[in-house]
Amino acid sequence: MIQRKREALTGLGFAAPFLIGFAAFFVIPFLISIGYTFTFGAGGGAFVGFANYQEVLTSGAFKLAAWNTFRFIVVGVPLIMVSSLIFSLLLYQKFKGSGFFRSVFLYPLVIPIASTVMVVQVFFSESGILNSILNSMNFPVQSWLNSESAFYLLIGLYIWKNCGYNIVLFLAGLNSIPKDFYEAASLDGATGWNSFRYITAPILIPNFFFIFVISIINSFKSFREAFLLGGTMPHKSIYMLQHFMNNNFSNLNYQRLSVAALIVFIVIFGCVFLLFRLKGKAGTVEL
Amino acid sequence: MEKKHAVFNWIFLGFFALFVLLPIVYTITNSFMSVEEINRYYGDMNKEGAVTLFHIFPDRVTLDSYYQMLFRRPDYLVKFWNSLLLTGSIVIGQAVISCTAGYAFSKFRFPGRDGIFFVLIILMMMPYQVTLVSNFIVLDLLNLIGSYPAVILPGIFSPFGVFLMRQVIDGMPNDIIEAAKLDGANQFQILFRIVAPRCRAGLVSLIILSFVDSWNMVEQPLIFLKDRAAYPLSVFLAESNSADPSLGFACGVLAMIPVALLFLFYEQELVEGISLSNLK
Repeated sequence: MIQRKREALTGLGFAAPFLIGFAAFFVIPFLISIGYTFTFGAGGGAFVGFANYQEVLTSGAFKLAAWNTFRFIVVGVPLIMVSSLIFSLLLYQKFKGSGFFRSVFLYPLVIPIASTVMVVQVFFSESGILNSILNSMNFPVQSWLNSESAFYLLIGLYIWKNCGYNIVLFLAGLNSIPKDFYEAASLDGATGWNSFRYITAPILIPNFFFIFVISIINSFKSFREAFLLGGTMPHKSIYMLQHFMNNNFSNLNYQRLSVAALIVFIVIFGCVFLLFRLKGKAGTVEL
Repeated sequence: MEKKHAVFNWIFLGFFALFVLLPIVYTITNSFMSVEEINRYYGDMNKEGAVTLFHIFPDRVTLDSYYQMLFRRPDYLVKFWNSLLLTGSIVIGQAVISCTAGYAFSKFRFPGRDGIFFVLIILMMMPYQVTLVSNFIVLDLLNLIGSYPAVILPGIFSPFGVFLMRQVIDGMPNDIIEAAKLDGANQFQILFRIVAPRCRAGLVSLIILSFVDSWNMVEQPLIFLKDRAAYPLSVFLAESNSADPSLGFACGVLAMIPVALLFLFYEQELVEGISLSNLK
């Protein structure tokens, strides 16, 4: 009994610096900001009930931002997961040079966005390299950064940047599978696809979950690229929830921002909750 | 058979590797052009009807851009220093706090532990803007808005580091800790002499990942720093490039250097650390 109490106290002691900061900067003020969502005017004026919620939920800007963020995740996350899985299955074969390729795919992770933005501008601006090439071959030119294609450009940058991280995670999962599983399977006459379907995929399930989570976290970070390329008001195809929230902050509209933040929080919370339920069912995995 | 596989892999992966490398190589080679050459080639890229050529190798290799950046435009170096100061403070603070908290979450049982860890994971997934007002409320209360601590403090307590270190320390067997306890080591000795050195790869990758993240910071400085002179390189570069691209490539390389050095020396640890971060 005393032993357990001591353990708990020591644990709390070690966690204390983090817990205090975490509570002070994130948890407590977040709860306070929920109170904001029911008021009107700076400094928490009159109580207005759900008026702010109604205003945000019916605002065109919010709907556009939510739709774009959703679309970005739905298009980007599966794409990055499939592509990084394919790359890691190839790299797993350990041929001559596989280490080199793994390094190369990891480079973009450490290249600062500010360094890439310049190249992106040079290639994709109105009279940039891509348009000049298209023009010389008599193909129609596009304003890449100011049209629907900005969305796909951003998806491309997202995959470019984060694929390496996912590859490392997939490779770690693949390397944890004992080799004799495959040997036994091939003795039984299993084809490559069958070993993937019945050995690799099931064992990788926990990895899939984690990589899915990481990919979503990273997809939110694509806002930085969007912002550096398009500013506070980019083309409407890449106007994200982060733009909406940032802009409301700049306009000192904390209520609208808090409402949007709370909605995003609830949606993500719901998704994580579902995900862990699913994960619990999929195998004997614990948090 | 084996050989055919390797050839296919080389062609397939090589094709994509080219795309991965192109922006990086392009930036580096172009940084060796003179300012005059850059303006000649890229000066019109935003003008309608102009033509910009793919120009990966400079006509004449020169350190002109670097010279201009380092000696004629001191603001770049100032921004570089700002970035280093912000990033360094966040990384050091986060490393220490994540180690102690990761150790606590992994090896001790205390009331509310799993609940708190769940909240931490949820917050880790949120886009930064969700906690924007929260941060603002506290920083305003502490009268820190406009100063560096406004950017540094929330960065130190960001949940990812604790998450990563918990995963890493979880992978360490308990017997080692028990043995050290029997030998009479106190908890601090155990953490800093036994746990931390064994989690070197995890710690190093935390430092690199947190460095990269802070080095790329965009939202926080824009919002919490009022004085443009205090901006870090990340925000400043994007703004200055669109106004005057002539030093864009050289500055891009300048921004790459610290992270590239870390990567060069610690790639192995980074890979190992990321692998350990997997939820088991």
